[in-house]
This record gives sequence, C-alpha cells and structure tokens, in this order.
Amino acid sequence: MSFVEARNVTKRFGDNTVLSGVDLDVGEHEVVCLIGASGSGKSTLLRCLNLLEEVDEGTIAVDGQSLTNGKIDINALRRKIGIVFQAYNLFPHMTVIENVMLAPVKTRRLNSRHARSEAVELLKRIGLADKADEFPDRLSGGQQQRVAIVRALAMGPKLMLLDEITSALDPQLVSEVLNLVRELAEVVLSASRSSP
Amino acid sequence: MNQVVHTFLSPHDFRVSLPDVWAGFKVNLKLMVVSESLVLVLALAIALVRGLPGRGAKPLRALMIVYTDFFRGTPLILVAFVVGFGLPALNLHVLSNLSNFTYGVIALTLVYTAYVTEVYRAGIESVHPSQRMAARSLGLSYAQSMRYVVVPQAVRRVVPPLLNDFIGLQKDTALVSVIGVAEAALQAQGYSQTYANFTSYTVAAVFFVLLTIPLARFTDHLIAKRERRERAAAT
Repeated sequence: MSFVEARNVTKRFGDNTVLSGVDLDVGEHEVVCLIGASGSGKSTLLRCLNLLEEVDEGTIAVDGQSLTNGKIDINALRRKIGIVFQAYNLFPHMTVIENVMLAPVKTRRLNSRHARSEAVELLKRIGLADKADEFPDRLSGGQQQRVAIVRALAMGPKLMLLDEITSALDPQLVSEVLNLVRELAEVVLSASRSSP
Repeated sequence: MNQVVHTFLSPHDFRVSLPDVWAGFKVNLKLMVVSESLVLVLALAIALVRGLPGRGAKPLRALMIVYTDFFRGTPLILVAFVVGFGLPALNLHVLSNLSNFTYGVIALTLVYTAYVTEVYRAGIESVHPSQRMAARSLGLSYAQSMRYVVVPQAVRRVVPPLLNDFIGLQKDTALVSVIGVAEAALQAQGYSQTYANFTSYTVAAVFFVLLTIPLARFTDHLIAKRERRERAAAT
C-alpha cells in the first residue's frame, strides 16, 4: 500500500477548477517530483495532502489513514507531514531558533533544552547555526528557505511536502539540502517548475 | 485681558486650588489604571471570540457584535448615568452597593472595551492568513496558533492605536464626575463655585495635558520605529 494515496481529487475555487480528478501514489522511501507550469495546481495539491485545503471530491489517505472521511485528528496527522511553503512563512516575531523550536515544544511536549539542542543540530547541518538568534527579516531568501525546511524537519515528519524549494536556494546548496531532507524524512513529494 | 487672566490664570487661585485638584487627579489616575487593565484583557477576549470559526460559535459571535455595536454607539455620559444611578436603583444584592468609583470603572470599561475590541480585531485580521496556515501545518491547534503566532504579531501592530484610545480614556475619566466620583474636574468645579474663579479648571487641564503629552510622544516614537523597521525589511 502506498504511503500517499489520492484518488480522483478535485478542488475548485469558485468557478475555477484547480485540480480535476487527480490520482497520486507515493510509496514508502520514494521521492516524487511534481513538475508543471505555475498555476497548474501543484501547491494546491500539496496543501490538500495535509488538509490545509479541503477537497471537493475524491479521497486521500496518508500512512493508511483517510483524510477525507472527516474522522481524523488533523493536528496529529499534520505532525507526521512537514510542508515547506514557497513563501517560507516564517514567524517574523520569533528568532530563527524560536521558529524551529515552537512546534516541538508545544506539540511534541519536548522540554525546551532538548528541543533547543535538536534545533541547533539541524541548523548546523544546514549551515545556519550562527543565525540561530537572528530574526527572519535579517536573513536572505535562501537562508529563510533553509530555516523553513529545518522548522518542518524538527517535527520529525515521515512525509515532507516541498513547494518550489529549489527556486530560492543557491545552486550549490540544492543537493545538500535535498540530501538532508531525504535522510530525515521517509517520503518526499516535491513540486517545482523544472526538475531539480 | 486682565479680566481673563484674573478669571482663568490667577496665580493665587492656582496655588489655593492645587491641592484639592491634585487629590482629585489621583482619583483620575486610579480610574485610568484600573479601567485600562480591564479593557486590555476583556477586549482581547472579545476580539478572539468574534474571530472564532465555525457555525457552533455563531451565537457567541453575534452576542459580541451586539455588545460592541451598542457600547461604541452610546455616549459615555449616558452609560455613566445608567451604571451609576441605575444599578443602585435596582436594589440588587451585588450590583447595587458598590462605590461611585467602581461604577465609574464599570462605565469606562464597558465603553472602551467596545472600542479596543475593534482595534484588536483589526490587528488580528492584519496578520496574513499564511501565518496561520504555517502554524497549523506544524500541528499546532487553532488555539495554539492564535496564542503563539497570530496574537503576538497582532498586538505588536496595534500598540499605537491602542495608546491613542487610552489617551481618550484618560480624558474621559473626567466624565464620570457626573455620578459623583470626586475626581479632578469635580474638585475644580467645587472650587470655582465656592470662590467664583475658574483657575481651578486650568489646574485640572494642566494635569491632563501633562499626562497626555508623554504618551502621545511615545506613540509617535513607536510608529516611527516601526516605519524604519518596515522600510529596512522591504529593502
């Protein structure tokens, strides 16, 4: 059985049908890329997979759990699914390390010392340990992108959804970052306009 | 001209009325501090209730809308009369035997909470929906994403308009003199009626202005600081 299983997924915004009968299977330990022009619905599909958008028709199951029958603990599910947004969406009122630690402390109930050492470890891996106490508006786009990735990875997700993450990253960092994501998450679904 | 100076700016009357007006002004200060603290907390609670999602919360939201509409539209002086004279007339065990000071606090809090709720609401709505989405995507609950992500950003943004409303509240503490709270305006009135001289009002005005100016400059400073920061972030 596939880790992600979407059947006939349809999503409309008003009269605009963004997704029409999409089927998708992503197996364990797979890395799958969604490639398509901008506006083709890649981001919408990713957001449907962790219920940030509700689908109008069709079914989605992740890790054997149905998302679409209405009987699911959304918050528990989302802890298994990390998403990195195209616009990063870091929390501007928190430092880098606070951004990374927030969810582990509040939802995984880690004590803050433990969460901090995990966060520092991840930031080191991605070359941003020296930026831990900066606010996001002091970082470049590529650096913010990496913080967003670390923030998602800090929850220990099995599935990572990446929305155009290669567009802001420096070319020499792309493979390093993708390797880290692959190492820490079992399944990766990456959307981009061209293959990474 | 001499007449004007003698009536409003007499040094003698300034000196003589000063202690009483100052004693009254301390009551204004107390009214401000107590009311402002209550307003800060209650208004945030109401703003959050008004933002609750879902059909189940609809009656609660409606109730809060009725409250804010009513008290934003009603002049403070009317609310003060109703609270200060109406509640004692009800002969209720709890609500009818409070001090005039407490009635003053209730009237100010009722009216200003309605204003400040709208300020908070504007702040909460100004936080981009993608922030809430990012928080939810990390597995935070609705309440957690409000508590840690949305409200802290909203509050930072609304500090200047909030301080503006507090300047209004500070001045309006003088209005609760109508229900017999012995604050600065009432003390000044007492003096002027006894000695047929209006300098005591000038004394009271000076106190209010001296309190307001620092707060106004502080508000300006905060706005300027934020503009500098946003300009730096945009480049």
